[in-house]
Amino acid sequence: MTSAAATPMSARYETVIGIEIHVQLKTASKMFCRCPTDIEGAPPNSRTCPICLGLPGTLPVANRRAVELVLETGMALEAEIVPVTRWDRKNYFYPDLPKGYQISQYELPLTRNGRLAFETSEGPVTVGIRRAHLEEDTARLVHAADPGGRRVSLVDFNRSGMPLMEIVTEPDLRTPEQARRYAEELRLLLRAIGASDAEMEQGQMRVEANVSIRPVGEAAFGTRAEVKNMNSFRSVERAIAYEVERQERVLDAGEPLVQETRGWDDDRGVTYTMRIKEGSDDYRYFPEPDLPPLRADPAWLEEIRGRLPELPAARRGRYTAGLGLSPYDARVIVADAGATALFEETLAAAGGLGLAGVTPKLVANWVSGEYLRLAKQATGEEVELAESAGAAARVRPEELARLIGLVADGSLSGTSAKQVFERHFTAGEPVEAIVTDLGLTQISDRDALAAAVEDVIAANAAAVADYRAGRQQALGFLVGQVMRATRGRANAALVAELLRGGLDDGGTTG
Amino acid sequence: MAALSHADVAHVAHLARLGLGDDELTRLEGQLNHILEQYRVLAELDTEAIAPTAQTIELENILRDDLPGPCLPVDEALAGAPERAGDHVVVPPIIAGLDE
Repeated sequence: MTSAAATPMSARYETVIGIEIHVQLKTASKMFCRCPTDIEGAPPNSRTCPICLGLPGTLPVANRRAVELVLETGMALEAEIVPVTRWDRKNYFYPDLPKGYQISQYELPLTRNGRLAFETSEGPVTVGIRRAHLEEDTARLVHAADPGGRRVSLVDFNRSGMPLMEIVTEPDLRTPEQARRYAEELRLLLRAIGASDAEMEQGQMRVEANVSIRPVGEAAFGTRAEVKNMNSFRSVERAIAYEVERQERVLDAGEPLVQETRGWDDDRGVTYTMRIKEGSDDYRYFPEPDLPPLRADPAWLEEIRGRLPELPAARRGRYTAGLGLSPYDARVIVADAGATALFEETLAAAGGLGLAGVTPKLVANWVSGEYLRLAKQATGEEVELAESAGAAARVRPEELARLIGLVADGSLSGTSAKQVFERHFTAGEPVEAIVTDLGLTQISDRDALAAAVEDVIAANAAAVADYRAGRQQALGFLVGQVMRATRGRANAALVAELLRGGLDDGGTTG
Repeated sequence: MAALSHADVAHVAHLARLGLGDDELTRLEGQLNHILEQYRVLAELDTEAIAPTAQTIELENILRDDLPGPCLPVDEALAGAPERAGDHVVVPPIIAGLDE
């Protein structure tokens, strides 16, 4: 082993990561034509018109809603809004681009110089946002073989002209985890705004990472690789971690890195060369003559700013500082749309029902614990960032509020409550009906418990003697015996009190 | 404004996917440089007080409401396709993974 290999790799190199994310905007019609955007599952080439097919003689007209969603995103990212912006043509030839150019924004993106803060296991991080601009999506290509075995590409123009926002960070990120957390936080923000559903598996959010390494202390950037085809947040983290290791191996072997585009193979857990970049791409950008410039009128901007909802970071802050939730609960709940809705609605329902004992902390425990556990079982989602919105519909907020109320006022034990909740989640019956059906109401009546306590004292002479000899653990055993006799329905605190009373008095045995 | 070289013209022709012969490149080199010459004359004008623009018509903020409209029937959309397989357009193979 060489001395270099004995040093941890991360101690010798610094990783530099910049992220480019494309998201499909949530509009009803395409970017420059009126074709509907319901392309998911639609038959190929059934959502096209002369404009998005790039036929001669057509004139694009920009979708106001798409422009507004980018402006709103820029505001949420604390970015500068460019007062006057225009469109540019990015020229290249590819079968997914019917006009031979893509309408995009080059010199004057709608917004620039923003930032986004997010949490990581090593503390909070803020990444600079270089720009967020608007463009049109390309057609979709499917690679196939025809019946004769000839390899062909098939083109579906449904996606052509869908509104696309590109968000580019500064090269501020330093670890694969930071890259993943940034992408997750951005997705939460976009969903909160309603700018995009940002489903990675459906290609509504495409993450590309520019990854390079440089010796620690070196100011100049190393040769970068652009990593693509990462289809989940987990892939983003794994792909970048692999790429960093690969670059370290190349440099340690004394070989040069080449600037290239690399794809991520999720099954094999490696990146592979897709395209070597020889010189910079020459897209011959020039101003789009068919679209007039866009001036961001202050009144229009104010109207858009007024629509901004509570953003994920602000919501987490309100949950911790305002409602007393733990940072963990706040993070877990805000990361999941279904959990957030259930938490908010259960609190509101508790207020409506006058259940003062149902505190935000108690509701949060149920939502981040039992609810998300069952939701993940039901949907089979990844542990983090589960999309439990569908599962949330299974739980009625007022029923969850009632259930928590029953535990809070001592009518139901914690163990029984979990049983009731699971049945409500699965079968949807009202909480009261389940409690009655299962005979689970907690016994908190002294007289009702007295007989059981006396029986246990009579039947367990050895434990009683131990307790009287000063061994407190014996009390726990005796409480357990009463719980067993009442099938878990007894109020444990009351049982302990009754047992102590009976034993300390000298009691009925002896 | 430097003049275009023969290689510059060949590069631009390649970017535009124009298959031009050497004679044609030479002829275009002369014509393109002649056009650039005219810009050299224009560049002599004092434009200090004039804001840069990329527009020749004074329109701004032409936007439409986000309302979906009708699409072309698939057969009509594909009527000009060189080759068709089902409802897809068939083109020569593109290496998998290179689509942006």
